[in-house]
Amino acid sequence: MIEVKNLIKNYGEGDVVTRVLRGIDLSIPAGQFVAIMGKSGAGKSTLMYQMSLLDQPTSGSVILDNVVTDGFDEKKRTTFRLKKLGYIFQDYALLPELNAVENVEVPLLMLGLTNAEAREKASRGLEAVGLGHRLHNRPSQLSGGEQQRVSIARAIAQKPDILFADEPTASLDSVSSEDVIKVMRDLHAKGQTIVMVTHEPEYAAFAERVITLEDGQVVSDKLQTAKGM
Amino acid sequence: MFKDTLRVGFMLGWKQIRHASKWTTGLIIFIMMLTFLNLVAVSGILVGLIEGSVKTYEDQFTGNVFITTPTGEKSIEQSPSLISTIETIPGIASYTARYTGGVTVEANYRERRDPKALRDTVGTTIVGLDPMIEDEVTNLSKNIVEGEFLTNQDGGYVMLGANLLEQYSPLGQGDDVGYPTLSNIKPGSRVRITVGDATKEYIVKGILKTKVDEISRRVFVTKGEFVRIAGRTDLNLNEIAIRAEEGYDPALIKRDLVESGAKDIAVVRLSREGLPQFLLDMIDTFAMLGNGISSVGLIVSSITIFIVIFVNAITRRKYIGILKGIGVSASAIELSYVIQSLLYVAVGSAIALFLIYGVMVPFFNAHPINFPFSDGILVAPLSGTIKKLVILVIATLLAGYIPARMIVKRNTLDAILGR
Repeated sequence: MIEVKNLIKNYGEGDVVTRVLRGIDLSIPAGQFVAIMGKSGAGKSTLMYQMSLLDQPTSGSVILDNVVTDGFDEKKRTTFRLKKLGYIFQDYALLPELNAVENVEVPLLMLGLTNAEAREKASRGLEAVGLGHRLHNRPSQLSGGEQQRVSIARAIAQKPDILFADEPTASLDSVSSEDVIKVMRDLHAKGQTIVMVTHEPEYAAFAERVITLEDGQVVSDKLQTAKGM
Repeated sequence: MFKDTLRVGFMLGWKQIRHASKWTTGLIIFIMMLTFLNLVAVSGILVGLIEGSVKTYEDQFTGNVFITTPTGEKSIEQSPSLISTIETIPGIASYTARYTGGVTVEANYRERRDPKALRDTVGTTIVGLDPMIEDEVTNLSKNIVEGEFLTNQDGGYVMLGANLLEQYSPLGQGDDVGYPTLSNIKPGSRVRITVGDATKEYIVKGILKTKVDEISRRVFVTKGEFVRIAGRTDLNLNEIAIRAEEGYDPALIKRDLVESGAKDIAVVRLSREGLPQFLLDMIDTFAMLGNGISSVGLIVSSITIFIVIFVNAITRRKYIGILKGIGVSASAIELSYVIQSLLYVAVGSAIALFLIYGVMVPFFNAHPINFPFSDGILVAPLSGTIKKLVILVIATLLAGYIPARMIVKRNTLDAILGR
């Protein structure tokens, strides 16, 4: 469950302050698949960064799973991200010197799993996204769609409470994009809470709720029937 | 959590090393190797410059324990009794007993036509010794540059120190600089030696040149010859040089000698105790100088590591941001860079250690550097080397940690977005 209260994010200081988020209030229940939409500069990615503890808001509160995260230092935020949150980045964000299974293993090892457990779990995660045959390939040996699926496998390996996806299909062709959306839809079907930033209505259609931002404010918040594939 | 941090730090560090450019890694390791060599070798050679001199002094002149005549005495009283004591003390490999006395040596007297012309003479010390035993203790025969070493049968022959001769004198023609030398002397030349009122002619058998001035400024005859010319009838000696058995502490020999009463009739010293204070000060000074020069190398290598890690970390800051984003602790990321530094210093130092103890020390012991006043060796005591290794490791780890820390502590999102 995510609760955002009067969230404000400014960049810059003095006369050159850019107000990116202007007092956002949101509540996302557990298990919901939410798409955040808006034009470029509307503040959708910034909102996701605040909710996912990758950045600190100027003011306001972010409450995740009933934990008030205001005032968390960097160490606490990192630990919270490790244990509770998963991320899918727009450009996959895989470590180039690690192969697919090692990329997925990293957070699992940090969580204290043994090498064998982490390897087993990472392999199963990659098999679940259809990459069981690419375990030992490095990112440079994978297509964009495959890299994004590795990124998804890494994000969900430790079974996070909330999965954040920042324009996960932006760098992909349509076929790969559909593969990625299908994986996310399957995850949601199993009860995964997902917050996805996208500017593509066709993929937002797979979410059951669409929040639209404009000028750092919520201008629309609609529930919808999620599209099937 | 600490264990997991270590595990992930090692994994990330190792993967980065494996996929780093081999040339770059090789170059950094080479720099670390040179740094460690610089740390050990520069001060080692500077100290070895003096230590070589001290070692030569000990090897060729005093032995490990040196017994001499007390100030004000002509010789060591009750020498036969002292020799008997020496024979009973454990740990002594060999010893050589010497008679010494003041003499005047004259050369070219047969060619001198004008009685008013300056005589070609030098005042020096004559040493009466048993050539075989002396050679066993001091290996002086290896330092014969012309002619041959004396034998016990060489009555009527003399061995001259090279510094008494014009052609070998480090100061050139002595009369010009107040340092008298003899001219035109070679093996077979005749010289006249005067002790008190007694004068005798000798044939030069060999010329002895070493970097120990006390030897190169002396003349040597057999014991029998010394007794004859000096008229010494009491068998009392002037010097005894004792060599300890390999691995035996000479201080124990000195202690035994002192306890047996040798101190009452002679001066008993370890070879190093006989060294002038300025020489000991020079050793310390050279060590400080060497450490100072080496420190510059240490700073340069630390900066090199700093720059390498900093550039590496800054070009990878996006990945550092991603690692933090997915929950990898800052410590694990920093550790991955420290591991890289550790590899550089470990491999570089290991190669340097091999070069120092496997190649350089044996080489310089076998082929000392020919300095004008000493045979320079490389002094690299293991304890000192370990201290320098620890310093290098600490400096390198800091040089790896600080830039990594600087990058890791930046805002996670800024790092991910490359801002």
